Amino acid sequence: MSAAFSRDVLRWLVALRMPVILAALVVASTILTGGRFAQLDNLVNVARQISFEGLIAFGMTLVIVTGGIDLSVGSLVALCGVVGALVMRSMGESPPALAIATGLACGIAVGGAIGLSSGAIIARFAIPPFIVTLAAMLMARGFAFIACHGEPVYELPSRLMWLGRGFVGESVLGRMLPVPVLVLIVAYACFAVVLTRTVFGRQVIAVGSNEEAARLAGIAVRRTKLIVYVITGSLAGLTGVMHSAKLMAGDPKVGDMWELNVIAAVVVGGTSLFGGRGTMTGTLIGALLIGVLNNSLNLLQVEHFWQKVVLGGVILAASLIDAGLRRLDAR
Amino acid sequence: MQTSTPRIQFDAVTKTYPGVRALDAVSFDVSPGCVHAIVGENGAGKSTLMKILAGATRADAGTIRIDGRPVAISNARDAQTRGIAIVYQEFNLAPHLSVSENVFLGRWPRRKWFGLVRFAELHERTTRLFRDVGLDVPVRARVETLSVAQQQMVEIAKALSHSARVLILDEPSAVLTPGELATLFRVVREMTARGVTVLYISHRLDEIFELADSVTVLRDGRHVSTRPIREVDRRTLIREAVGRPLEEEFPARESRPGEVRLSVRDLSAPGRFAGVSFDLRAGEVVALTGMVGSGRSSVAMALFGAIGSVSGTLRAGAMRGPFRSPAEAKRAGIAFLPEDRKREGLLLARPTRENVTLAHMSDVSAAGFFIRRRERSVANALMSRLGIRGSALEEPAGALSGGNQQKAMLARWLQRPCDVIILDEPTRGVDVGAKFEIYAIINDLATRGAAVLMISSELPEVIGMADRIGVMCRGRLVGILDNAGRAVTQEAILRLAVGEAHP
Repeated sequence: MSAAFSRDVLRWLVALRMPVILAALVVASTILTGGRFAQLDNLVNVARQISFEGLIAFGMTLVIVTGGIDLSVGSLVALCGVVGALVMRSMGESPPALAIATGLACGIAVGGAIGLSSGAIIARFAIPPFIVTLAAMLMARGFAFIACHGEPVYELPSRLMWLGRGFVGESVLGRMLPVPVLVLIVAYACFAVVLTRTVFGRQVIAVGSNEEAARLAGIAVRRTKLIVYVITGSLAGLTGVMHSAKLMAGDPKVGDMWELNVIAAVVVGGTSLFGGRGTMTGTLIGALLIGVLNNSLNLLQVEHFWQKVVLGGVILAASLIDAGLRRLDAR
Repeated sequence: MQTSTPRIQFDAVTKTYPGVRALDAVSFDVSPGCVHAIVGENGAGKSTLMKILAGATRADAGTIRIDGRPVAISNARDAQTRGIAIVYQEFNLAPHLSVSENVFLGRWPRRKWFGLVRFAELHERTTRLFRDVGLDVPVRARVETLSVAQQQMVEIAKALSHSARVLILDEPSAVLTPGELATLFRVVREMTARGVTVLYISHRLDEIFELADSVTVLRDGRHVSTRPIREVDRRTLIREAVGRPLEEEFPARESRPGEVRLSVRDLSAPGRFAGVSFDLRAGEVVALTGMVGSGRSSVAMALFGAIGSVSGTLRAGAMRGPFRSPAEAKRAGIAFLPEDRKREGLLLARPTRENVTLAHMSDVSAAGFFIRRRERSVANALMSRLGIRGSALEEPAGALSGGNQQKAMLARWLQRPCDVIILDEPTRGVDVGAKFEIYAIINDLATRGAAVLMISSELPEVIGMADRIGVMCRGRLVGILDNAGRAVTQEAILRLAVGEAHP
């Protein structure tokens, strides 16, 4: 059956489109930068650059697969970073490990709590997630400034720096594996398993595919929606504290536009904004794609303004290729 | 009735989709001014043939002649100019616009300046059109406020406003109640009297025998027969459509009602229904029928905890309701197949396997993680029990035929033995062969001790399947007829359904 065969080939193409595009971009970057892109320390750098937004993107993938959106994550990074920093500074007398652990816990808790309130409102009152999380975005940003009176929070425990800028097993591995990258890899593995292998993941997909059908199959639709916002908020909280560790300051201005970068990574990774369809691998590749592109444009010393133009174009092109291939597949 | 030239002649019309021969040299004639029914199982090629005639898709080979002249219909506009109109199962109406605006969509009478619409003239033209065919629909009402039956009439009026000579109705009765069906028949007869040829696609043989002048049977993309309706009977038609003899239209079942499985007392939902009381016993099939809007489906939804603010009492086994969510009703041992399987039942883009295991995922998982081998084997076992081929398991549910989709929905609830199963229009849009299989499954469920509540607007099905028949009228359960001998008449049900009689 040649028709069936060409159909299989097409399926493969559709399934592998993202890795292929990424590989092409990597090859092109390596050639254009005369090999500088492919040097180990640069690759490590790319990985570290994408790890913060990439981490949030896994939660965002869950949210988008349910058919929702979360615009508050950028502001949550700032708010939770500030809150974590304030907690750690106030615990200056305690052992640093305890202070850092408490700061992390508080940051994650604040992010989770705001996710919970957004999720609760979305699930209970059926208000579009866009509006609810837009409101949360504004409020969280405001609270971030209020909490620290507009001034970045310094005087953090010096060992905190490891969390944001350190390397795992530096004495053995050297500067191969930045801590945020390890967090990213672990999170990727966990979230991929959650989405594809667990009952919760199936519920997320069911809610996004057909909410009414999910409800009538006895799935707790509201609870599912609530949980994805809690997860995403918590991830933004974790990222916020890690980002404070990177800067060694809790800065209320950070995370600006991150929500859009995160959504871009998810969507470039092939997750449908209409819900029901998406993968963690796609999101990881989407984040890498954007990271590689930014990095190589930097290496090529392309002007900052042009970088934005190119990035926008690439997001558009990736979506068009995605749409085109899926239309072919649907025939 | 037969005149010299046929209105439509299909001559060796052929259409191939990748891997499927949808139409294989189909040839037959349709006389002018008559109702010509087309029957066949899903996938027989009815819809493809109609789409070709309406210009929605093109034939690979063959000719179509209209009034003796060969015509090339390559798009919908071509069809329109040749006087061919089609009313699909899914309506194409703009819900926020008025009836008139919809009927003349894209052809509104305009003023000279700024293209302002002459609304008075628009409504007048619509009123005149409606009067001509005897339609009673308020022309200024917004379409979203109309009943499904009224919306269908708007679609028909829209088709007629193009001065159609051929009107294709694709499963028009699927969304109608018996009363509304009578209106549709009246309008169809009115149109044929005015010389319009109506091509009528339906799975319901009663309608065809009542309405059609002639009938064409298609099977597996081939033309089987075209005859005047007088010369065929039900059995022949079914045999030709299915390709094998069917013993009976409704499989027999020995009824042995057991203990009460579901007890409903004074169940009410404001604005939907009130004071509904009945018992449902193990091993019996009870049908609930009535006009659309009589509250049948609402009762089903309320029993399953799918609508809010329900009062009264409900007992299912040890649990008391009304249940606040479908999840709670599920725990009480109630299963529910919604009316619109595409909108309310299936995850169309997901594999059938996931659709089948959706309601009882905990059975195929441990600590929240799927055991993939167990999920596959459970889904496989259910599918083979219901006669769906195993290869369908990984196909998206949307790719299955209507009958197989319905079976997949049934499979979802058969994973665990259920005490009570509520089926809302279980055979809607399902072809004759698959219907019989679904009836057999329903009977099997009852025989194994489930209490079955079947909601249906198809009266032959109600009478052929149910042990007792509950009839609803304007939100009340106006009567429960004993149908142990399958002897209840359609008239008896209809009288109750329109509120004329008390049992």
